[in-house]
Amino acid sequence: MAKYITRRVFYMFITFFLIATATFFLMKALPGSPISSASKLSPTQLAVVEAKYGLDQPIPVQYAKYMLNLAQGDLGNSFQFKNASVTDLIIDRLGPSMLLGTQGLVLGVAIGILLGMIAALRQNTIWDYGSTFVAIIGISIPSFVFATFLQYWLAVEWKIFPVGLWKDGWVSSVLPSIALAMGPLATASRFIRTEMIEVLSSDYITLAKSKGATGFEVAFKHAFRNALIPLVTVLGPLAAGLLTGSLVIEQIFAIPGIGEQFVKSIMSNDFSIIMGTTLFFSAFLIVVIFLVDVLYGIIDPRIRLSGGKD
Amino acid sequence: MEKILEVNDLELSFHTFAGEVKAIRGVNFDLKKGETLAIVGESGSGKSVTTKAIMRLLPESSSEFKNGQILFNGKDLTKLSDKEMQKIRGKDISMIFQDPMTSLNPTMTIGNQIMEPILKHQKVSKTEARKVAVDLLRLVGMPKPEARIKQYPHQFSGGQRQRIVIAIALACNPQILIADEPTTALDVTIQAQILELMKDLQKKIDTSIIFITHDLGVVANVADRVAVMYGGKIVEIGTVDEIFYNPQHPYTWGLLSSMPSLDTAEAKLYAIPGTPPDLLYPPKGDAFALRSDYALKIDLEEAPPFFKVSDTHSAATWLLHPDAPEVEPPLAIVERMKKFPGSRYYEGTEGGTY
Ligand SMILES: Nc1ncnc2c1ncn2[C@@H]1O[C@H](COP(=O)(O)OP(=O)(O)O)[C@@H](O)[C@H]1O
Ligand SMILES: [Mg+2]
Repeated sequence: MAKYITRRVFYMFITFFLIATATFFLMKALPGSPISSASKLSPTQLAVVEAKYGLDQPIPVQYAKYMLNLAQGDLGNSFQFKNASVTDLIIDRLGPSMLLGTQGLVLGVAIGILLGMIAALRQNTIWDYGSTFVAIIGISIPSFVFATFLQYWLAVEWKIFPVGLWKDGWVSSVLPSIALAMGPLATASRFIRTEMIEVLSSDYITLAKSKGATGFEVAFKHAFRNALIPLVTVLGPLAAGLLTGSLVIEQIFAIPGIGEQFVKSIMSNDFSIIMGTTLFFSAFLIVVIFLVDVLYGIIDPRIRLSGGKD
Repeated sequence: MEKILEVNDLELSFHTFAGEVKAIRGVNFDLKKGETLAIVGESGSGKSVTTKAIMRLLPESSSEFKNGQILFNGKDLTKLSDKEMQKIRGKDISMIFQDPMTSLNPTMTIGNQIMEPILKHQKVSKTEARKVAVDLLRLVGMPKPEARIKQYPHQFSGGQRQRIVIAIALACNPQILIADEPTTALDVTIQAQILELMKDLQKKIDTSIIFITHDLGVVANVADRVAVMYGGKIVEIGTVDEIFYNPQHPYTWGLLSSMPSLDTAEAKLYAIPGTPPDLLYPPKGDAFALRSDYALKIDLEEAPPFFKVSDTHSAATWLLHPDAPEVEPPLAIVERMKKFPGSRYYEGTEGGTY
């Protein structure tokens, strides 16, 4: 197991390095720079500013410098926020985003699993159709539509939750988390339904029944854990979906999260924040995928062993 | 001998999109205490459905008992509630399945899987149940049972897994053990080992066994009596000797002729021509008539009733009707019959019956 984890961590660093490199050159290949949008500068002033940020140097040199700084956890300085360090800016904004993402994922997956289980166990009944309906809505309607809908009814009309901002503590996170949860909810319920139905018709379930297991025991002691396995594999992509989803949701609820800052930076071509946030997102996903694999091994004993010696 | 199970006129259908599949079309047999009854027949003849009906393991939504009874210790199993059935499954009647690679839960240790029926049906502590599980594993010939009990199914070979499934089935000393082709999915050497184990257990434990197989070669080895099944019906039933040496139904003749044996090894193996009937539209008369060289006109019109050959032997074929013409069975069958006292071709000197 230790050997497996060491190997995985090594690959994680390689992956991150490649993503950093690719992002850097992609950014360089884009037209425009943070300074070019400030058209008031004269050519000489422009040259001075460029020199200050090292933008006048050849690209390989810039790349080497960037990577060296990155290795020390320094993502450079922002162009728009008074030269604040990008690392600090991201960390400041991390709290709200993390809370929204985690709540959205946990809520969505938990309710999705529940709906999927009900649908599978009450196949072709009103429960099943209801759960299918919810899933179709969750998949086909983008989260920002839910967001505005929730915002309008629960906040503006009925005033149960704040309309936006991050000032009322935890209640501020409720509506955006629900909006974010819809996607994972739909995906999880579909996966669990399909897999539960499949698992429930497998031989080992028949064997469990032949031992005298009750319907409840069959569903939860035998089928559930096996039905979770494919869902675990999509948890990574689901988490990724939440990242991009939260970019928009944070805008709608005016939440000072990492996504909101990211969108603003794209508008103003703030190169170092875009780079920093992208890399942060990548690192986050790499870690999530790793954790998912570990979780996979915990749920499925067949994986546990093939990872290396226990 | 005391009857422990009685299946009377059982009829069962599946409701499918294509229509009603009449999988069981009037099955009668009984099982006596301590005996092994083999059910043989080509695949699709309804062997598994019959036994799953006894265990009530068929999907409730699509299967329907149309007629008949399954009497177990006087109770009609077709009438029991789910709850009542759960008390019987695994305790009084248990089952071994065909494919050991898929019949164990991959995410549960085998110890827990063996302990489950024990904890369910007996008032014992977990520690006691674990001890029983270890003993069971030892009984089915698993080396180092104490260590292996903590492992998962994927850490065992096919043969070992079937041993585990057998251990699970035996956990509560069932009165009836149903083995549905327990060796079919295994390779030949392992097949022999598992059969050996089953025969061994048969002697050690006092359980009635229903042994399903499509392989007649296995039957002679394990069974006391044989029921031959075809097209959702039992067409012939008798003791092993009666079925092997005095068969009456043309389908049984076909099955016996297609059985490889040492002396026919060089000859081309016989295969019954044609395919089993489509149970969506079961034929009117004898379901085997269309594939049979011995079919009479009436076979196409009316299903034959059971004709008694001896107290223990009966067959559903019009050939046994007093008015039926005398037909000569295939040569290999006649050869067999020559060895059976009581058959019309008997060449020995012993008395007519035995
Ligand atoms: N769940 C089911 N739904 C519809 N038809 C079924 C079902 N299970 C079995 N059958 C049909 O019942 C017949 C008997 O099958 P089975 O008992 O499995 O045969 P075997 O003798 O090989 O064990 C087959 O024609 C099969 O197609
Ligand atoms: Mg079968």
